[in-house]
Amino acid sequence: MITETLLTWTARIISGVSVRWVDSQPDTCQRVYFANHTSHLDVVLVWSALPGPVRHLTRPIAAKDYWDRGVVRPYLAKVFNAMLIDRTEIKVHQSPVDMMLREIGNTHSLILFPEGGRSPGEEVGEFKSGLYYLAKKRPDLELIPVHINNMNRILPRGEFLPVPLLSSLTFGPPLWLEAGEPKMDFLNRARSAVLNLKDS
Amino acid sequence: MQDWALLGMVLLLLSGATFGGQWLKRQTTLGLDQKAVDSFNSRIQAWWFFSIVLALAFFHPLVTVVLFGMLSFWALREYITLTPTTLGDHRALFWVFFFFTPMQFILVGLNLYGFYSILIPVYAFLFIAARVAVSGDYQRFLERVAKIQFGLLVCVYCLSFAPALLFMNLDQPETDTSANARLLFFFITMVLFSELAQFLCSRSFGKHMIAETIDESRTWEGMLGGAGATAVLGMILYWATPFQSFWQVIVMSVLIAVMASAGALTMSAIKRDRGEVRSGTLIEGHGGVLSRIDAICFAAPVFYHVTRYFFSLGGE
Repeated sequence: MITETLLTWTARIISGVSVRWVDSQPDTCQRVYFANHTSHLDVVLVWSALPGPVRHLTRPIAAKDYWDRGVVRPYLAKVFNAMLIDRTEIKVHQSPVDMMLREIGNTHSLILFPEGGRSPGEEVGEFKSGLYYLAKKRPDLELIPVHINNMNRILPRGEFLPVPLLSSLTFGPPLWLEAGEPKMDFLNRARSAVLNLKDS
Repeated sequence: MQDWALLGMVLLLLSGATFGGQWLKRQTTLGLDQKAVDSFNSRIQAWWFFSIVLALAFFHPLVTVVLFGMLSFWALREYITLTPTTLGDHRALFWVFFFFTPMQFILVGLNLYGFYSILIPVYAFLFIAARVAVSGDYQRFLERVAKIQFGLLVCVYCLSFAPALLFMNLDQPETDTSANARLLFFFITMVLFSELAQFLCSRSFGKHMIAETIDESRTWEGMLGGAGATAVLGMILYWATPFQSFWQVIVMSVLIAVMASAGALTMSAIKRDRGEVRSGTLIEGHGGVLSRIDAICFAAPVFYHVTRYFFSLGGE
């Protein structure tokens, strides 16, 4: 509890974040928040930007190879209730999407970064297909696009010391998978939903 | 006694301005520009903030130094957010934020004038250039270095001369222990008042814009009127200052008003250049510290050095 408060406030102070909800409201219904990914702080940032009751029902997806190392990282991952996914060993019989769906059951929400890794600079890379399969298997989940602005300058890829600039976080209106929508079309639509939030 | 009188007068002035602002806000029939009224009111809010913070300076100077340090840190944060920097500048920026900014205010608090007056223009400036060079990214090198140096100069170095007023060895009787706190209070009041007066004068009879492309509300008439009004306020508050005659306080007031205008105009130019691109969603949530202190930043070092040269006993 104390660690959680400390962690949320540290993330907010370092990132000087202002949070906006555009045509969208925080809600405890089951959702998948998907965001662009540029910095290690992103996971903590999106999670701590959610209001308390929503946050406690939301599990961020994080890379096992990063968050499993050392002593501090696994502890932090536990504090924000992260779901660690092994990026190196994705196989059919242990598909991450099935695991996510099993873990969230009928109560929890997810935060995920569909680029599959951090992109350099302001770019937003192509989305991996996980989001599509999630939407296909659970069409009732609300998919909320999230745009993270300026974090690539606060803690860029390859740096370990942050520069305390200001950033902003924008939550957009939910979207769903249309009936019969092809995979690539859906992923492109989701990606542009994130990009469009930048200027809204 | 003088302390309370000064605080009382500023409180009176502020209350008057606040009432005026609120009254204007309710006058829907006068056909006033709503944006201008809001801008007027937000200036008054900033003035309240500074007056309350500075009242603390009468209790302990170090509290004021720490508060100004935090203000500097935040202003620099906004400035660098507005300024496009590249990955190659990252390490240099880390040192700027976590070493030079706190160090400047620590040295001000320790009253090491010989050190803090050159820390940034000499050591920090050379360090930034060298650190950016070490990063190996040479594209637009001078431009990038200059951006960081200017930000550090204005947001940190210049602003630090405001709390430095608290440690100046003024030519005052030994018994008067709060002369420095009154000087700082006088200075900030004058800067904020001059900006407000400038704004009102520009609105009511301004015709010739200083730089139309940068700021449509800043006119030569406004600047002159603002300087005049500031000089009048300086004469009213004359007894609270270390200045010895009316003409001295008038010269200092005009100096403050001119520097304040110059600072605000310069920052407007930077915001014009970058503003529409970035500032929107990043800065608006925090209220914009930078645009509230730009006038103080330019006026502080000039006011400090003129006062030091003519009205202090020198030495540390």
